[in-house]
Amino acid sequence: MTTAVSILPEQQLAVLNAAYRQAIGRRRLRLLLGLVIFAAALMLAAIGAEVNLRTLFTYFGNFISYFDRILTLDNGQRVWTDVAEWLWGWRKWLRMLGETLLISYVGTLIGATLAFCLNFFAAENTSPAPWLRFTVRRLLEFARTVPGIVFALIFVIAFGLGPMAGVLAIAIHSTGALGKLFSEIVENADMKPVEGIRSTGASWLSCMRFAVVPQVTAGYASYALLRFEINVREASVMGFVGAGGIGQELVVAIRKFYYSDVSAILLTIIVTVFIIDITTGWLRGRLFGGEART
Amino acid sequence: MTRPHEVDTRELRARYPDVFDRPASARLAMPAMIVAAFAILTYGLVDLDFSPSRFIAGLSQLGWISLMMIPPDPGSSLPIYLKALGETLSIALLGTTLAAVFALPVSLLAARNVVPSKLLRFPVRRVLDSIRGVDTLIWALVWINVVGLGPFAGVLAIAVSDFGAFGKLFSEAIEGADQKQVEGIRASGGSPLHEIRFGLLPQVLPVIAGQVLYFIESNTRSATIIGIVGAGGIGLQLAEQIRVLEWQKVSFLILMILVAVAAIDFISGKLRFAIIGRRAVA
Repeated sequence: MTTAVSILPEQQLAVLNAAYRQAIGRRRLRLLLGLVIFAAALMLAAIGAEVNLRTLFTYFGNFISYFDRILTLDNGQRVWTDVAEWLWGWRKWLRMLGETLLISYVGTLIGATLAFCLNFFAAENTSPAPWLRFTVRRLLEFARTVPGIVFALIFVIAFGLGPMAGVLAIAIHSTGALGKLFSEIVENADMKPVEGIRSTGASWLSCMRFAVVPQVTAGYASYALLRFEINVREASVMGFVGAGGIGQELVVAIRKFYYSDVSAILLTIIVTVFIIDITTGWLRGRLFGGEART
Repeated sequence: MTRPHEVDTRELRARYPDVFDRPASARLAMPAMIVAAFAILTYGLVDLDFSPSRFIAGLSQLGWISLMMIPPDPGSSLPIYLKALGETLSIALLGTTLAAVFALPVSLLAARNVVPSKLLRFPVRRVLDSIRGVDTLIWALVWINVVGLGPFAGVLAIAVSDFGAFGKLFSEAIEGADQKQVEGIRASGGSPLHEIRFGLLPQVLPVIAGQVLYFIESNTRSATIIGIVGAGGIGLQLAEQIRVLEWQKVSFLILMILVAVAAIDFISGKLRFAIIGRRAVA
């Protein structure tokens, strides 16, 4: 079977083609302009960041050989030929890893609790007063924007060296990040239950408790678990500034060139992060699966 | 006609056993989880040396520090700080761009609809996962060993750690792309490269551009901290001023970071909207 392809008369076609070419030409010009601006910004940035390609090419071999070195034991053998020698400090490292996990767990839980208390004030639809919403939002923004490790640097001075500073830094940063996400969930919640409860003469607190919270808990839990995952990574570097966890061991190993220790500690961190990722992913699936069932 | 308050609960119970008589395991699950969560929390607080006295002492110290921070004052080092801020923004921009450029081809290798062979896909994905498992700060320390102290190490650190993240995100975007256009190209006699260029890329480029912009935004934050280990930018100044307890300068630097991050957020939000808006129109 043949289908007829309609061909427009020559004149009409010419006009359409011209319009098409013009449209494409304009788009190309805009793209080109964007690219030029982008390239200029990159050049400027390259100067600002003291990029030196010669250094990179000269020392790039170092990067490769660094991995070669961290995978070599003191006696010149590859690390996996003698696992006992490679992971000689596993008891200490496992304890530090446990501490790292505890730091992120406690930090996430404190942060999630604070965020839970604050987010109803920050959400558009549940906030009791505009000024309160504004204040809480700015507070959360501040807690979110200042990086966790900066908080840790300051807390180490205020609370002393040790995991306490790390926990508080992670807690504050998580409060900011989770507060925003939580309040977005609340903003997407159905307001009809709230109206129903308010019509019975309930207070603001009861409205939140019985109308909003049942709708949002699954979302909260999911975000909190995701945050825990992120915080495990973050807690692994808190030790760099003396705020506890495995980072302390790692920074010592890197700075003092204990090569095989670096790879061993990195391996334990990567494996832990994998396990946590998989576990929280599974938990999240179960939580949402459970929600879908009921 | 029955009046509403004379509801026969017995009949309701019989009709909806799931609602009224849930098994004990289902009813106990929630409280058990909460108790377990708080048990671990208490253990953690004890194990991590939390004590009320230490906490209160620390808080008063913190209050004192906050008082010392007012008013923010750069002293005479404003030009240095501005230069450091420029350095930070440069690190974020360059690092993210480098990462995106290198991640695009690799992400094709990790996408199920481009590389059907699991044998090739699996190792690529595991490598990307491992790179992502290591924090930017650790990469910064490694690069400092290679190219020396300074912002260049920061650029490379951000590039490497984002490479892992981009590889994953891009490959997910590619896997989510509509396969029909690829088939169309193949049907008209295109080579596999043509399929990628004309079938896949037009679909995924706007998504990818949005993600890259978002990462430039979030990397401005990361770039502020890699200076703490010596990889250039404003973090270096911040860490130094905190160590010498120059609180007025510290608060000024924090304010600078906040303003810079807000500005970048604003710009990239506009750009992202422009890109996604164009896609919606086209």
